Amino acid sequence: MARPLINVPAKVKRGQIFEIKTLISHVMETGYRYSTTGERIPRDIVTLFSCSYNGEEIFRADLYPAMSANPFIAFFTMATESGTLEFKWTGDNGFSETATATITVE
Amino acid sequence: MNRSAPSLCALGHRAAMAAVITLAVAGSAYTADIPLDQRRSGYADLGRDSKAMQDDDTVNPATLWVLDGEVLWNQKAGAANRACADCHGDATTSMKGVAARYPAFSPARNGPIDLEQRINLCRTERQQAPPLPFESRDLLALTAFVGRQSRGMAIAEASDERLKPFIEAGRKLFTQRLGQINLSCAQCHDDNWGKRLAGVLLPQGHPNGYPLYRLEWQGVGSLQRRLRNCLIGMRAEPYEYGAPENVNMELFLMWRARGLKIETTAVRP
Repeated sequence: MARPLINVPAKVKRGQIFEIKTLISHVMETGYRYSTTGERIPRDIVTLFSCSYNGEEIFRADLYPAMSANPFIAFFTMATESGTLEFKWTGDNGFSETATATITVE
Repeated sequence: MNRSAPSLCALGHRAAMAAVITLAVAGSAYTADIPLDQRRSGYADLGRDSKAMQDDDTVNPATLWVLDGEVLWNQKAGAANRACADCHGDATTSMKGVAARYPAFSPARNGPIDLEQRINLCRTERQQAPPLPFESRDLLALTAFVGRQSRGMAIAEASDERLKPFIEAGRKLFTQRLGQINLSCAQCHDDNWGKRLAGVLLPQGHPNGYPLYRLEWQGVGSLQRRLRNCLIGMRAEPYEYGAPENVNMELFLMWRARGLKIETTAVRP
């Protein structure tokens, strides 16, 4: 159950700068901690987040062990055309999650 | 998955000893309950960023748990093959106000049960499914989802006469000195709230936002987890999850916070 949460305005004016907020459920285990029995807990983090707007990549972020659990990433872009925003998270142990949001530009 | 130690434990030994001495002096005159009009939610002491995190559901990470809880609410479970929704219908109406009046008296247990225990009773009796373990993702998700339906409502004053002795038992525990540091809950949260224990602000300790997202936990946790944290910080042995002492304490804390608004799911440092 790792449903990402995306928040974009449904409608924006052409040329307007708008905010995109994303939140995903992930433990972001650093790999530096030890269990109560003394074994190292293996790293399990999201390593890459990217967002594309009508197929063109507009934002990308590398994530590292210092990121908190349930990473929240917010960024801005300019409204050009109506279309789809695609979000992708990839990480350790084959973690992969995608989400989409549609936006209407007037 | 407790990433860092409870705040009291994180204090250096010397700082802890200094705190004990200060509190021992201050604690000699126990001032009893906080006047009703002086009570304040922990929200009031949050920084601007944490407030913004709690206020916006799309930013509050506890929303991830609430959404999971909504899925579980509609999911059939157990030998009875029934979902919560099959009996209770739409949670936005049927569960409205429920979290504001729990823990409630259970005739079967002859004592109070909290919301987590109520959910598990439903699971075992109505759904004929195994109970969900305390602090499991699923139980927290369901509790957060049910609790969210009461957001903004005032905590109801316990009117059930049968609860009275349990409130008193909770109060007794709240004012009792415990652990190696020999502190009571009341010494910090009744007598010295608003002051600092080393660098940490002492809140009044109201339970109006649980289950909540605690930044220190990097996740959602229950009120019982928080109570156990405090006890470990006092170097006392915490009560087991679901122990009557914990539930009595929850009940007393809800009585003590009567009238405050439910903030589930809150964000706290």
